[in-house]
Amino acid sequence: MKTLFPFFAVIVLVLLVFAGVNMAGMQFLFGVVIPYAALAVFLFGVLYRVVKWGSSPVPFHIPTTCGQQKSLPWIKQNKIENPSGSLGVIVRMALEVLVFRSLFRNLKTELKDGKVVYGLEKWLWMAGLAFHWSFLIILVRHLRFFAENVPPVIKLIESLDSFLQVGVPLFYITDAVILLAVTYLFFRRVYIPQIKYISLASDYFPLFLILGIAISGVLMRYFFKVHIVGVKQLAMGLVSLKPSIPEGIGVLFYIHLFLISVLFAYFPFSKLMHLGGVFLSPTRNLANNSREVRHINPWNYPVHVHTYEEYENDFRDKMKKAGLPVEKE
Amino acid sequence: MYDSGKIIVGLIIFLALVTFPFYNNIGKVNAKPELKIDTPEIQKLPEQERKCVETKEFMRGGHMQLLNDWRDSVVRNGNRVYTNSAHKTFNMSLQNECMRCHSNKKDFCDKCHNYMAVVPYCWDCHIAPKEKKL
Repeated sequence: MKTLFPFFAVIVLVLLVFAGVNMAGMQFLFGVVIPYAALAVFLFGVLYRVVKWGSSPVPFHIPTTCGQQKSLPWIKQNKIENPSGSLGVIVRMALEVLVFRSLFRNLKTELKDGKVVYGLEKWLWMAGLAFHWSFLIILVRHLRFFAENVPPVIKLIESLDSFLQVGVPLFYITDAVILLAVTYLFFRRVYIPQIKYISLASDYFPLFLILGIAISGVLMRYFFKVHIVGVKQLAMGLVSLKPSIPEGIGVLFYIHLFLISVLFAYFPFSKLMHLGGVFLSPTRNLANNSREVRHINPWNYPVHVHTYEEYENDFRDKMKKAGLPVEKE
Repeated sequence: MYDSGKIIVGLIIFLALVTFPFYNNIGKVNAKPELKIDTPEIQKLPEQERKCVETKEFMRGGHMQLLNDWRDSVVRNGNRVYTNSAHKTFNMSLQNECMRCHSNKKDFCDKCHNYMAVVPYCWDCHIAPKEKKL
């Protein structure tokens, strides 16, 4: 159920566009209205979620570290794993965001002959890295549809991605990588019993959705051609706010575009918000300087304090009579 | 909001990246590429015979695959004869067959390729036709 429901949800989405475009001729709805609406939901949703996170107080100073803290001068500090200043935090965050440093530490725990043993488990890290980077490259590559004079850097990325020069149109390495990586990430969830147990429909849905987007894109590029110049005209119309629907693009493109629109609109409501969340993780983005700088809990209310000085003022006479020492006579 | 300075800077960077295609294009005129198929060689042909080796729809999406198949056929099998879906035969040659009619590379090939930022490597080996300066 947890797997089948999201699977059929994606199938229904595909059929919806197919029927809408092929039978009802709703190109304008699927080509203009829904993409604009999805982008608006995406932008406002992400802003809302991030501002809401930013408004949540961090009551404690909670960086998680795994290196020597800054200490006595003759003890060598691990400046990246246990940063004490902004520079260290920036390097640590960059490693986290760009190469998934903490996932690299992933271990697998097993019972062998009644003993607990720990082993390396890098597959998730590798597949995750392959997936995210190929997704990023694919996204950047698509900017060629959104600029009249395509910036040279995008052309460079595109030519590097297709440098194997296999077939025509040239085969993109990232197309294969993303399909393999997403497939692995899916099979991992159904194959490993513990992971299967904790996987929810909201874990499978983005996987199927992204798989659908990748498959429709691959089919469009290599197998069932769409009118590519028309696609760029539509894309350029969207971004220059003069939307138009060129004739004869092909339904496969509308399926691709609709699944992307769904992904964008679904984004702020889902686990995909880790795009913003990774930057706002207090366990990562705080410097471990809790012995130098006092972290004030924003929840703290003003506490009425009665100092010793005031106490002595109140009871000086009685204290003297009882023979207790006082600081002021 | 706590740490609002840093968070707002981050959000501005995010918005700038996501909306890049919009502010890069708003107000610009984007003209779709218009191909010219009025070369002297095509003008010479009678109206009914002004047809490419396959249908226009097929050529629009599949010309690169056709050319790739031609290359493989010529280079690997030495076969230079192409029979199209209407049982007409053609000489498999980019320079001598395709470019004989479409002698205007700049107004034909390059129009869409430049628009789509596609860089085919045909002309790494082939010699592009000389075009008369207008």
